[in-house]
Amino acid sequence: MKDKLIKVDYLARVEGEGALYIKVKNGYVVDVKLRIFEPPRFFEAFLRGRSFMEVPDITARICGICPIAYQMSSVHAIESIFGVKVSGPIRELRRLIYCGEWIESHALHVFMLHAPDFLGYEDVIQMAKDYPDLVKKALRLKKIGNEIVKLIGGREVHPVNVRVGGFYKTPRKSELKKLEDDLKWARDFSIEAVRWIASLEFPDFEQDYEFVALSHPNEYPFNEGRIVSSKGLDVSVNEYDNHFVEEHVAHSNALHSRIVQGGAYFVGPLARFNLNFDKLSALSKEVSLEIDFKPICRNPFKSIIARGIEILYACDEALRIISEYEEPDSPYVDFIVKSGIGYGCTEAPRGILYHRYKLDEKGIVLDAKIVPPTSQNLKMMESDLWKFASVYLNLPDDELTWKCEQAVRNYDPCISCATHFLKVHIERE
Amino acid sequence: MERKKPKLAVWKFASCDGCQLSLLDCEDELLDVVGAVEIAYFLEASRAVVSGPYDISLVEGSITTPHDAERIHKIRKVSKYLITIGACATAGGIQALRNFKDVKEFISIVYANPSYIETLSKSTPISDHVFVDFELRGCPINKYQLIEVISAFLNGRKPNIPTYSVCMECKRKGNVCVMVSKGSPCLGPVVQAGCGAICPSYNRGCYGCFGPKETPNVFSLADYFAKMGLKSSEIVRVLRNFNAYSEPFRKGSEAYER
Repeated sequence: MKDKLIKVDYLARVEGEGALYIKVKNGYVVDVKLRIFEPPRFFEAFLRGRSFMEVPDITARICGICPIAYQMSSVHAIESIFGVKVSGPIRELRRLIYCGEWIESHALHVFMLHAPDFLGYEDVIQMAKDYPDLVKKALRLKKIGNEIVKLIGGREVHPVNVRVGGFYKTPRKSELKKLEDDLKWARDFSIEAVRWIASLEFPDFEQDYEFVALSHPNEYPFNEGRIVSSKGLDVSVNEYDNHFVEEHVAHSNALHSRIVQGGAYFVGPLARFNLNFDKLSALSKEVSLEIDFKPICRNPFKSIIARGIEILYACDEALRIISEYEEPDSPYVDFIVKSGIGYGCTEAPRGILYHRYKLDEKGIVLDAKIVPPTSQNLKMMESDLWKFASVYLNLPDDELTWKCEQAVRNYDPCISCATHFLKVHIERE
Repeated sequence: MERKKPKLAVWKFASCDGCQLSLLDCEDELLDVVGAVEIAYFLEASRAVVSGPYDISLVEGSITTPHDAERIHKIRKVSKYLITIGACATAGGIQALRNFKDVKEFISIVYANPSYIETLSKSTPISDHVFVDFELRGCPINKYQLIEVISAFLNGRKPNIPTYSVCMECKRKGNVCVMVSKGSPCLGPVVQAGCGAICPSYNRGCYGCFGPKETPNVFSLADYFAKMGLKSSEIVRVLRNFNAYSEPFRKGSEAYER
């Protein structure tokens, strides 16, 4: 077999800028690099010296697709320092706004970024010509997710209403009720969508992954839980740094996270599904079983099904929260500012998002650490590419390139999120 | 005869992707937009690339690396109109906070091996590098303003984007002033409208996503903050967010830093 070089200078349909590089010699894959050249923005550095009240507003700007996740992980970390316990309707509203973000982000990825790969379209615009009805419905679904974020947060991208202790303002019961009809439609459509997704053709590919996700005794995880893995890890959020490390590797791309006593690991919808299947709503479980999608699924290409199931779950959960919602007396819980170190980990659409802050007695940030889900998946993505490209080497170059891109998009990588540790050298040949 | 569709390109520099996402967030209008223009380069959405020149280039993000400082010139050359979208492209963004500090220190805080990092000492807006036909403000931009700007340029007219302050929008909404009634510091009087006065509508002061309005009096507002009891360090922080490096806010914050 001829030596070849698979190169994609600018990966499309991912959030942010990355490149893919696979080198084949004598019929073997000899090098794989997922090269990320999104410029660094230094969030952890300029958070130093800022007040705790500004942190959720600033960290939201790490990612325009999942700002709620950044706001949630930061407020939980800071609340753990002050000893704040958020419960009742405020806690429910946090779950609800997260439902909105999952619906919006997953709908974007499933229909606009990933589905075109399965059907052989360059993008959703081309796909819309043959599937106009599906794309219109998908856009409506995405909009309904955004409507939740907008109502509770003030706007879709970089919402303004999240603060330490709760919210600046909580919605009226009547305002939430207005979302109900749309959400019922969204729930019905997501069932239809899950069945459609399950009918796509999936490359036959599996690895013995270590899946990592939050786990809560009686909820599908958003904001709280222990960090567990499919290979027995079970630790509290404040032990994260003892079990996971970030390495600044020399070969140009990103810091890779790995498990201290292990290696690469897998976070995101498929990991959550595999580790929390029994916590899904009855309807989501029923639909999963109907399409024969059960834990543990080890095919990363099927993460698109997990995303679909999570859209369904998020619609179901949003409807539950809205039907039970009672307006709280105060939009936030009072607290006393204290110094200390706090840890937060929540389930961003793409997987666990870890934040750690050290505050002084006035609540000024002394130190910050942020580990986005994409940086945790990078090592796994490269590992998939090694194996996947090796198996499919006989495909023509353009087809193999596209398939490898698809394999990267399985993880819905958000490269903008991950940039705080990226090297920005670009090798152009 | 069918008119040839104008070509639209979307380019990204240092940013969060939120402003280009606003285009995809136009759920009700998206299919009409792609009916009116040919999406020729939009990597967040498509792997298909149509070669230039482009009628309209939307540019997101700020210039922070030597490579990007060169790339923007190439983009200018292939674009009839170049429009910046958002606070990063228009003012340097949140990452311009490095401009007030030593970037080497920043690198060593975040990275284990600082020698791998190639970055410029400052994060700068696109207009510091090339001629910009229109700057659309916001962190993020308002998607309806984006559609207005695209449609204005396609039809050869001036975009209808107001340059007055957030206070105008806030009053029209019938909000009670948060600064007067709650004593919350609010940048509304010096910040350009466009968001719809979201923050005061959610019981908090404006924190300046849309940057300085036309002819803002930042010093007067900062004095008022001082009279309300804000310390100099707090006034500096209020002015140093997503548009910190815009000239009026920069001069204001630097005055209070001394």
